[in-house]
Amino acid sequence: MELLSGGDMIVRALHDAGVEYIYGYPGGSLLHVYDAVYKQSHVKHVLVRHEQAAAHMADGFARATGKAGVVMVTSGPGATNTVTGIATAQTDSIPMVVICGQVPSHLIGDDAFQETDMLGIARPIVKHSFRVTNPVDIPDIIAKAFHIAETGRPGPVVIDLPKDMTMPNERFEYNYPKKVKIRSYSPPQRGHSGQIKKAVDMIMEAKRPIIYSGGGVILDKSSDKLRELVDVLGFPVTNTLMGLGAFPGTDERFLGMLGMHGTYEANVAMHHADLIIAIGARFDDRVTNATNKFCPDAKIIHIDIDPSSISKTIVADVPIVGPVGSVLDDMLSLIRNTKEQVDEEALAGWWKQINDWRPRHGMRFDKNEDGLMKPQEVIQAMYQATEGKAYVTSDVGQHQMFAAQYYPFDEPNKWINSGGLGTMGFGFPAAMGIKMNFPDDMVVCVTGEGSIQMNIQELSTCLQYGIPVKILCLNNGSLGMVRQWQDMNYEGRHSNSYMESLPDFIKLVESYGHIGIRVNDRDELPQALEDTFNKYNDRLVFLDVRVDQKEHVYPMQVPLGSMRDMWLNKTERT
Amino acid sequence: MSQSQRHIISILLENEPGALSRVVGLFAQRGYNIETLTVAPTEDESLSRLTMTTVGDEGKVEQITKQLNRLIEVVKLVNLTEGPHIERELMLIKVKAVGAQRAEIKRTADVFRGQVVDISSSVYTVQLTGTTDKLAAFIEAIGPSCVLETVRTGVSGISRGEKVLSL
Ligand SMILES: Cc1ncc(C[n+]2csc(CCOP(=O)(O)OP(=O)(O)O)c2C)c(N)n1
Ligand SMILES: [Mg+2]
Repeated sequence: MELLSGGDMIVRALHDAGVEYIYGYPGGSLLHVYDAVYKQSHVKHVLVRHEQAAAHMADGFARATGKAGVVMVTSGPGATNTVTGIATAQTDSIPMVVICGQVPSHLIGDDAFQETDMLGIARPIVKHSFRVTNPVDIPDIIAKAFHIAETGRPGPVVIDLPKDMTMPNERFEYNYPKKVKIRSYSPPQRGHSGQIKKAVDMIMEAKRPIIYSGGGVILDKSSDKLRELVDVLGFPVTNTLMGLGAFPGTDERFLGMLGMHGTYEANVAMHHADLIIAIGARFDDRVTNATNKFCPDAKIIHIDIDPSSISKTIVADVPIVGPVGSVLDDMLSLIRNTKEQVDEEALAGWWKQINDWRPRHGMRFDKNEDGLMKPQEVIQAMYQATEGKAYVTSDVGQHQMFAAQYYPFDEPNKWINSGGLGTMGFGFPAAMGIKMNFPDDMVVCVTGEGSIQMNIQELSTCLQYGIPVKILCLNNGSLGMVRQWQDMNYEGRHSNSYMESLPDFIKLVESYGHIGIRVNDRDELPQALEDTFNKYNDRLVFLDVRVDQKEHVYPMQVPLGSMRDMWLNKTERT
Repeated sequence: MSQSQRHIISILLENEPGALSRVVGLFAQRGYNIETLTVAPTEDESLSRLTMTTVGDEGKVEQITKQLNRLIEVVKLVNLTEGPHIERELMLIKVKAVGAQRAEIKRTADVFRGQVVDISSSVYTVQLTGTTDKLAAFIEAIGPSCVLETVRTGVSGISRGEKVLSL
């Protein structure tokens, strides 16, 4: 029997849960725990400069690995500073465990110094939360928190930890549970075989099928199974913003991303499909456009682990509740063992049609011959420089869409962005979380001069821990995405979307001990990229690339229209 | 679009601090409405039983039950309105009772199988159990103008026959 204090138990239980890094910031309510961190060397703590960044670092790690990232923050402002990070994780179903200090139990409810009802604040943005009311429960609660965060549809779990639960001189028996059982929580393990059979029957009859897959495929580590399914069926595939990389971006059968800024062919193929196989995707409003005009001829098979995602916005004809991987396994074995065949002739006609659609827009953009670079060409150059192999995180705005459109991902877990909440300030700390855990890989944060300033203080953290991420700032001197909407819907009245008084980013990053490279012209870009990824391989490099402020992201779906209603450029509509 | 109807959702909930706030918070967060809500521990003190009535079309109520099921502390859930069930609500009602009204109110309470549980010189307090409709009918019968105060528990419900909601 081992006797530990509550503070020691926290750190020990994290170690037993397999945690290497925790991201956090200390404060009064957590000092006992921080002392426990100090006294051991298994669990390493990364001190951020703002708690929001701690949450995004943990999130970036989680998105790249599938394991829950761990955040530790003090009560009151420390806890509330993580709210955006927790909500970001919740919206994209990312596993995370957030340990929040709390005032001692006897002061809770008294408006004590740095007391805030974090459980109440976080309730709508967590998968679950706990308050520790007895130190003996700590190992159990930590184990449950990881279990809940990582299984089923993943999500963040908050643990509220009153200071008196961690007293160094009060010791309790420590037992880390080998297995976690929660009687009221049992995520589905298999899809319903009858439903899977129905789906396979529909697949065999389809004339114009399309696979629409999302982040759920990546979360369930099932992109190999998706690829297998496509190999067997030969159907076209489109991915959501969250699903990019689940199917190889450079594969002929990939139609690109769908939705608001999806490709012409993906959106039009969706619109004309007679069968949509939705896999780990949730018919988000940024995908469907107007739901009443959504894909009028399509029957829908919807595979998702969360029943509440099914028939929420678009009614499914064949709902299949289960883990994507296991359902795809069952589907594949059924397809292999059935005598039926897919309708090859119809499929050939469908592919011909799709290939006719492809050149209509073709993700073309016009370069400015003498003027500024377009953001798209910078992404393409970065793709070349990294041979398509980098982890790419992004912030939110036009640069995010350009990265999603012009950097085809061939592997899952490499494209890391805040798709659901759209959190500016996410990209840089997320990149840091990834780089710390994958020191040998290239990690690039694609950002804008607006977004990067939302967590730029983390340059300091990067110096402290030596985190050589690359920051590619597509500097258009404006809140580009806002400006685009103002151009399109407000007759170009650029209300508060212009970034006046930008800092000199080069001097700024240099003052933090890093390297900054400014790129004004196309000619300078190749050398700058070369230096970024080779010469300064082991340094943080901030590439401040001036790009055309007037550029818009296209295609862009027309609001309230169907999937196929798009602007293809500033003047041409479908 | 299917029609909007009243549904009685019955939930076995972990009897833990914060569990109820998650249920209620979910309704606020997602814009669902709660018409009535009752909650109390069960014979197994680790569980609470919660009954709520809500109004919505089929799709909405399906979403409500799915979202409720996502809450970790929801152990089991049933939409009682989907099958034969019994529903009851208890009302305590204070009515003005002077002169001839006194006998009349007593008679009406008898017809509705209510009981007068407290008496003062000018006020009767009547206790009444039944469906929500029956309670409304009683108020209608005695005349809303003599009602001084009402308090209702909200609907409790249980399914008929062999079917039980338990662990
Ligand atoms: C925290 C936060 N605040 C506001 C927004 C709304 N928003 C979306 S894109 C955008 C502009 C982003 O500007 P920048 O980072 O420079 O990227 P650009 O669009 O210019 O590429 C804004 C303000 C947001 N997504 N997140
Ligand atoms: Mg910008």
